[in-house]
Amino acid sequence: MGKLLTSTESLEMSLSNELEAQGVSRRSFLKFCTAITAAMGLPATMVARVADAITSPTRTPVIWLHFQECTGCTESLLRATHPTVEELVLDMISLDYSETLCAAAGHQVEKSLNDSAKLNEGKYILVVEGSIPMKEDGIYCKIADRTALDILNDYGSRAAAIVAIGSCASWGGVQSASPNPTGATGVNEIIKDKPVINLPGCPASPYNLLSTILYYLTLGKLPQLDSKGRPKFAYGRLIHEHCERRPHFDAGRFALEFGDDNHREGYCLYKLGCKGPETYNNCSSILFGDVGSGAWPVGTGHPCFGCSEEGVGFTKHIHEQADVFTDSPPASYAQISGDKPGGVSIAGAAVAGAVGGVILGASAVAAKKMKSEETAPESDA
Amino acid sequence: MNLERRDFLKVLSAGALTAGNVTSVFAGIRKTLSADAVGILYDGTICIGCKACEAACKQYNDMSPESSNIEKAQGVDGIWDASYDLSEKTLNKIKLYEHGDASTRNSEENGFAFVKRACMHCVDPDCVSACPVTALTKNSVTGIVEYDKDACIGCRYCMVACPYNVPKFEYAKAVPEIQKCEMCNHRQVEGDIPACCEFCPTGASLFGKVTDLLEEARKRVKLVAGSTYEYPMRSLDEGDVSPKTVAPYINYIYGEKEGGGTQYLLLSAIPFTKLGLPELSATSSASKSEAIQHGVYKGMVAPIALLGGLLYGAYQTTKNSEG
Repeated sequence: MGKLLTSTESLEMSLSNELEAQGVSRRSFLKFCTAITAAMGLPATMVARVADAITSPTRTPVIWLHFQECTGCTESLLRATHPTVEELVLDMISLDYSETLCAAAGHQVEKSLNDSAKLNEGKYILVVEGSIPMKEDGIYCKIADRTALDILNDYGSRAAAIVAIGSCASWGGVQSASPNPTGATGVNEIIKDKPVINLPGCPASPYNLLSTILYYLTLGKLPQLDSKGRPKFAYGRLIHEHCERRPHFDAGRFALEFGDDNHREGYCLYKLGCKGPETYNNCSSILFGDVGSGAWPVGTGHPCFGCSEEGVGFTKHIHEQADVFTDSPPASYAQISGDKPGGVSIAGAAVAGAVGGVILGASAVAAKKMKSEETAPESDA
Repeated sequence: MNLERRDFLKVLSAGALTAGNVTSVFAGIRKTLSADAVGILYDGTICIGCKACEAACKQYNDMSPESSNIEKAQGVDGIWDASYDLSEKTLNKIKLYEHGDASTRNSEENGFAFVKRACMHCVDPDCVSACPVTALTKNSVTGIVEYDKDACIGCRYCMVACPYNVPKFEYAKAVPEIQKCEMCNHRQVEGDIPACCEFCPTGASLFGKVTDLLEEARKRVKLVAGSTYEYPMRSLDEGDVSPKTVAPYINYIYGEKEGGGTQYLLLSAIPFTKLGLPELSATSSASKSEAIQHGVYKGMVAPIALLGGLLYGAYQTTKNSEG
């Protein structure tokens, strides 16, 4: 891990050399760039710019703070399955402070944090993992004799942008579950004057963080966010919408209990309490950590429990049925009136009528003309 | 013709006698629910439109899937079962109410809502009244409106008589039958509940005794919107519940009074007229038509009186012309 902090050496190396040194072929690197570009919802033509951003020698400084959490988000990021993704990320950005990954400790690492914040004032990205306790003046989480709230306000005010990774930092997460003894609160409830990007999830999908950071590095701006501060490319749709078991839902085939025939057949898990229909995330599209369909919760046969959705994960009972929440119902329902869709519409009939009318009118005029032509010679004669 | 004014009035009075007879026998609500009558309570507010009931209904009633214009409107054909209404191959149907941008569930304005259509199993069924050969009968215990294909002559009077447009005729078959929901009679005989209730994942289709279901429905319409209620699943007797947030119910139970009452009851958060359910009086059409018909022939008094009047008129006319 020492290599991460003494990064001046690696800066001098060209990235391609470094990739080779780390055993990453050019082909697998471009494959990664393509996948991450798609994950960001950018067109394929952007792959080259993404690759440029990754290989750019100027690396965005990142300060990573841990508060009330389990380090699961960091762990899941480190276990991203594409080869050496963690190496790429850590070399792409300059991770100046991270309690999990720092080799240094104590006063040494505190100095590193302060130096980086001072040097990159207003330029660094602050990543926050974990919720902030607000009760009793925040005494429930202290690092170097400072409360989490104090640390967040200090480094948050000096950051360019803040990424709240995981449900804890986004909206309080598991610690905010009733009765919320520490007053656990998300970052965007505290920092109001800075853009805060929420990447909820327990843990957050590592590819959502990678995509967000690469989006910023590639385009120099933050991705489009929804009303809850989540990037739309990742949290724009319900898990239900792209679920591999969705056809079973549409056909009304449900697992009735764990281990029954329907469950073994891979039927929809709604009846067992799946929260996919009310949880916005891209787990079903990229299969959570992008490790295959057998490895994300619904793929393993357990209902989604809505970890990333405030008011669902850690709030509703695990096997309580979800409110099926769609922005609007699909078009393929029988209408109340029993009208047959796909038939002649009023507008269609009007157009057909108008066309018919024109033909009729034209032929009438033509007929009249022919008649007058016929009669004309007679009048001459 | 030489009919005097006086004689004409005599004949008329005989007719008036008949009419008087009818009004005296007009009975109003004449049939009541049997104590063991079974029914289904469909709660549209908790229906998620998954169509599990439709799929299960087809499976357990050996109905084949059907393609329709709904599919063609989506640019596909033969991909999924998509009838647009009840048909000879579709005994129950989830239908969609949509308004404006359809953004809010259970909302009349800019919202959407589901309704499940199937045989209502009327307490006093018009189809049973209209059937000239008792192919349609009402079970005296369960109250299920049953169909006997061997008795049916294919007159389709039931289709005309039904105010809900439920019975469907197999026009395409050489030996056609009437098709309609019989509340999975064949399953109930074996101790099971109707397939639509068995496979409903939310409890939107709930099986039980009609009296119990009515009690449950009355409880639900009084619930405070936004509160949590433990909705029973599948059957009232099973005791399996699913807690859900209560939608703003309309304080009305469709089927409690309609046409003398039905054994299929509906609850909704939007007006029932918007869901395509007809507004019916508290008495069935059958009770009115039967009152007239039975009244006319009661004790054969009116027909004899009418015949007498006609004979008298004819006799007078003949006598006058002869004289």
